[in-house]
Amino acid sequence: MSHFALRHSGSARVLPGFGLSMGISVLFISLVLLLPITGLFGQLAGLSLAEYWAIITEGRVVASYMVTIGAAAVAALVNAVFGLLLAWVLVRYDFPGKRLLDALMDLPFALPTAVAGITLATLYSGSGWMGGWLEAIGFNVAYTWVGIALAMAFTSIPFVVRTVQPVLEDMPAEVDEAAMTLGATDGVGFRRVIMPHLWPALVTGTGLAFVRSLGEFGAIIFIAGNMPYETEITALMIFVKLQEYDYAGASAIASVVLFVSLALLLAINIWQGRFVRRLHGGNA
Amino acid sequence: MSIRLHNIAKHFGGTRALEPIDLDIHEGELVGLLGPSGSGKTTLLRIIAGLETADRTPTPGKILFGDRDVSHIHVRDRRIGFVFQNYALFRHMSVYDNVAFGLTVMPRGQRPSRQDIRAKVYRLLEMVKLEAFANRYPAQLSGGQQQRVSLARALAVEPDVLLLDEPFGALDAKVRQDLRRWLRHLHDELNFTSVFVTHDQEEALELSDRVVVMSNGRIEQIDTPETLYRAPQNRFVFEFLGDVNHLEGKVQNGTLTCGDAHVAVDLPDGDEELLLRPHEIRLAEQPSADSHLPVTITAISPVGAEVRVELEADWLARPWLATVRHADFNRLALKRGQRLYAHPRHWHRFKEDVAVPDTSPVGVT
Amino acid sequence: MQRIGDAPLVRRLLIATAVGLSGLFLLLPLVAIFAQAFSQGVGVFWTNVSDVYTLHAIGLTLVIALLTIPVCLVFGVALAWLVTRFSFPGRRLLQTLIDIPFAVSPVVAGLVYLLLYGRNGWIGGWLDSYDIQLMFAWPGILMVTIFVTCPFVARELIPLMQAQGSREEEAAVVLGASGWTTFRRVTLPNIRWALLYGIILTNARAVGEFGAVSVVSGAIRGQTNTLPLHLEQLYQDYNAVGAFACAALLAFIALLTLAAKAGLEWRAARREAFS
Repeated sequence: MSHFALRHSGSARVLPGFGLSMGISVLFISLVLLLPITGLFGQLAGLSLAEYWAIITEGRVVASYMVTIGAAAVAALVNAVFGLLLAWVLVRYDFPGKRLLDALMDLPFALPTAVAGITLATLYSGSGWMGGWLEAIGFNVAYTWVGIALAMAFTSIPFVVRTVQPVLEDMPAEVDEAAMTLGATDGVGFRRVIMPHLWPALVTGTGLAFVRSLGEFGAIIFIAGNMPYETEITALMIFVKLQEYDYAGASAIASVVLFVSLALLLAINIWQGRFVRRLHGGNA
Repeated sequence: MSIRLHNIAKHFGGTRALEPIDLDIHEGELVGLLGPSGSGKTTLLRIIAGLETADRTPTPGKILFGDRDVSHIHVRDRRIGFVFQNYALFRHMSVYDNVAFGLTVMPRGQRPSRQDIRAKVYRLLEMVKLEAFANRYPAQLSGGQQQRVSLARALAVEPDVLLLDEPFGALDAKVRQDLRRWLRHLHDELNFTSVFVTHDQEEALELSDRVVVMSNGRIEQIDTPETLYRAPQNRFVFEFLGDVNHLEGKVQNGTLTCGDAHVAVDLPDGDEELLLRPHEIRLAEQPSADSHLPVTITAISPVGAEVRVELEADWLARPWLATVRHADFNRLALKRGQRLYAHPRHWHRFKEDVAVPDTSPVGVT
Repeated sequence: MQRIGDAPLVRRLLIATAVGLSGLFLLLPLVAIFAQAFSQGVGVFWTNVSDVYTLHAIGLTLVIALLTIPVCLVFGVALAWLVTRFSFPGRRLLQTLIDIPFAVSPVVAGLVYLLLYGRNGWIGGWLDSYDIQLMFAWPGILMVTIFVTCPFVARELIPLMQAQGSREEEAAVVLGASGWTTFRRVTLPNIRWALLYGIILTNARAVGEFGAVSVVSGAIRGQTNTLPLHLEQLYQDYNAVGAFACAALLAFIALLTLAAKAGLEWRAARREAFS
């Protein structure tokens, strides 16, 4: 890459620093982001395909996939609805305490996951403020997959709110007004005019929330109970394998998680790009 | 359908956007609301549409469409067509779906069948000459095309009145001219009642049956374009409708003097300010018995039907603008720096707080 | 002005639902942290915080954050400058690559570092022969912290610098300013608030990282325990009040982060209103 930088610096570029910034960026990305991932493949190279397959399809591991994906899907769907509601309320209405509510949206990002983890576990345990009365009406959250989904939803709600909010803010009032002058009721206007504008952002935000939930660790392990086959998430599986010094096993499972996350990230990026192009022209 | 407004006022917070206003618009009329920004014209249009609500005053304002009192009717039930300044097309819908929208959101009982909607949308697209673009998205259209889609969309629901907010504001001059003419034709053909907002006096005068001139939330004058231009009721209207030259001085014994310049006027003694349109100034090589207004040409713009000449003099606070026919321009062989004499053909004067204008010819030809 | 959803009933219902749910699921946990931490009085809280192992964990956490920030700052500024001021093949790829830490599970991040730099890894094995140990020591913690926090500064700067364009820098260069002067006098004043917010986010995440750090730290009390790891150990030892004392410290940093963000946004909105 460095000869590439040399060839271009100082030729037609007006602004300085191309070589320097390219050098720093490429070096950093290579060393910090890409090189370590090769370590994973180095470890996997020591496994035969059959061994690899056996590890990633072992019953307890597959059960952990199910728990993780199921809970993440529920959390993402709940967040899609809740996040849309919050974004809507924050953009469209004025009310006392609005700025406080807005600031609160970033709490899950700012709060360390382990703190969220022990707090949710304490709140929703049988003796906690929430868990107490939930248990009284026969509903257990802590140490069940509901608790896992709850922790996932908590840590990933800002993804939905913060992706939908700016899009909603940028929607000019005339779009609403045009729908109303044409006779649309609130319901019809929301469904046919506003939602189509929000879809890309909502799907992107929900997708990011889902990806984040798949990998979440700190917030979940305290509330999950971590019962094999029932409330054990995949990230914990990797951790357990590491504690047993089973690096090959940990790597194999990690490669599955890594692949799925990166594939989803890529899919979200591509999908979003396509949608944006359609709405902003691309003259035929 | 006629539109009648009675005692309509509007405040935004503490600032007054509209003084209490009465306005009658006849059935089939095309009326322009003209004024500078902040004059309240858009607010008035949006109140007619129901997008804003008028102030609740002790004697409540009223809006009537024909005999129907729509004052408290929601915008969606007022049966209006509204064309927005930036078109406000639904970006995610094709041209076809945009135009069909108003029909497809009608309550099930009134909604036309799928085929009827299709036929109607294509009829409208044909009318706005966009039938070939039905499947395009708004982002793939030019500004003028988007404006026509927006118009077709508003007309699809067969509104009682059509309201347009700065309909041609964002378009370039040539397209604007074409669309203007086209809208006039359309209006004459379909004969709906229309109100449009503009800050462009030329547009208002060319397009409207009657023009409502507004400033500071007040209606200054309502008249046909001819009357408005020929008999402006006050100084604001006069100044807003075209270029104006000012001549300030003192009148004594029927002569207005200003520095070394003087002109004969039939006015009582005292301070005076006369206003002249550019075409009301004649240029000549000699002064006359009635006027002695020496000027120097500082700029010449020979583009258009007439030559525009900028004039300066010691006795002028601001330069004058005169328009000269090309024939006269050639005959006088005007050049920059040339010294000439200006002769007023007409002038106008407006006394503060006097509604009746005083427009007199000068005894010079 | 009227918009869709402005009917008073709809409005009140939606606001009430949003505020109610946020209070229950976001605000209540925050309150619970402090309630637990101080449940046995300020004295006990203080005893827990001033415990020698807690103090060591606080110190290590702060050192890691202080070392992480400059690294992320240099990288973030360089990358943002590169992708917003030049066009070159692979620009979009670079922008996608920096999102990797957001998508990768922290446990996986810790694992890949462990595999490469651990005693059995390619590089770790070689370093081990010189008696240098990165994993299960503070350098390992620093490395994974940099991995998980590196996108924040760049992510804050790129949209802003993209929106601002390079006209002003071009003007400076045309007027004869050197590269460094252009950056310091023209670019930096325009991006300083975004930069500050990027640093605040980096700090928040560096201080609170748990999953990746727990893989590479070894969690030895008084040696490689960061505050989140220490908190976990206390919690597992059934010292809930101690754990929540640490949690309260971390939550306090989180609150400062939120306040800083709100402050910066308020400032930006006010400047916009004036211009």
